[in-house]
Amino acid sequence: MAETIQLEVTRYSPEHDAAPTFQRFEVPYRKDWVVLDALNYIKDKLDGSLSYRWSCRMGICGSCGMMVNGQPKLTCATFLSHYAPGAVRVEPLRYFPVVRDLVIEMTDFMVKLQKVKPWIIRKAEKSLADGEYPQTPQQLDAYKQFSMCINCMLCYAACPVYGLDPLFAGPAAIALAQRYNLDSRDQGAKERMDILSQHEGIWGCTFVGECTEACPKNVDPAGAIQQYKLTAAKEWLKSLLMPWGAK
Amino acid sequence: MTPHEKKGATQYTPYHPRWYRTRVSTYWWLWKWYYLKFVLRELSSIFVAYFVVITLLQVHSLSRGSETYARFEERMRNPLTIALNAISFFFVLFHAITWFNLAPRAIVARLGGKRVPDILIAGSNYVAWLAISATVAWFILR
Repeated sequence: MAETIQLEVTRYSPEHDAAPTFQRFEVPYRKDWVVLDALNYIKDKLDGSLSYRWSCRMGICGSCGMMVNGQPKLTCATFLSHYAPGAVRVEPLRYFPVVRDLVIEMTDFMVKLQKVKPWIIRKAEKSLADGEYPQTPQQLDAYKQFSMCINCMLCYAACPVYGLDPLFAGPAAIALAQRYNLDSRDQGAKERMDILSQHEGIWGCTFVGECTEACPKNVDPAGAIQQYKLTAAKEWLKSLLMPWGAK
Repeated sequence: MTPHEKKGATQYTPYHPRWYRTRVSTYWWLWKWYYLKFVLRELSSIFVAYFVVITLLQVHSLSRGSETYARFEERMRNPLTIALNAISFFFVLFHAITWFNLAPRAIVARLGGKRVPDILIAGSNYVAWLAISATVAWFILR
């Protein structure tokens, strides 16, 4: 008989349930299967009503983040073999409202992301005739790590501060703001500082550090936030000592 | 209105009135060693403050003359005080070590275009700590 593994999956139907419950499924156990493969098996063969997000299944799109045995994981990069022979519990990402089964509502993150202006801001755009904005490898290196973020929101599910204070901008949004602040082509650091130096911005972070542990792309959002704190503190000191230098 | 909405968090569209929001347990910090370590680190600041107060009291009693200082020393010999100081010392060590180890995450120094390795940033904190401790020890023990 082929080997199998148990999956405990959160089920929640807003029309029928007051609270989520768990449903147990038995799926084939294959060493090369990730948790997402098992979910797809359930959807195809056992229960077509199971709802969850996924797209690329190769750790790029950031859609398939879920809690696997209590840890925020990309289910496309989390192998069943890591948990076998024990049961695998799959839940929606922590701290986000659940829409249905494993699907979370992400508007809060999208709004926060937009607020920090994660794009290149120029005071005046060069004309096409003036050519491109060249960048040295060192300049690229300054922000490259933070540009690896795929917006999967695992860091939010790992962050107890976000869980306790829903106003907190959160790890990914701040790391992405830092990504553009450190970009030599960008001139929008001041604009972002006004947004991020508020309490709900960088100062909400108490440096638990778990966001960095959870990040599947080694972005180190916790590091980005602490570096930003240092920059903000220096700016504050500068404005205190040299008030005429402020805008 | 949910507590989150009351606090002013992003308002969601009215099309899904029945989202389920899990409450964060009061004991979230027991879920993982990483969380517990963080809470212990935060808690350690109380003991750091305690040591600051003790040091201020010590300086104060020293300035009041040898009799007052002898009374201070007597109080410090109390087994309960010794136990509290031992616990505080453990937390102060924990505080210092965990913060020194985290320093490289916040400080990105570049030398000759290359990022200074983490070990040098954390190491410089430890070296400064040792140097200051040795200076203090020299003053006390000479």
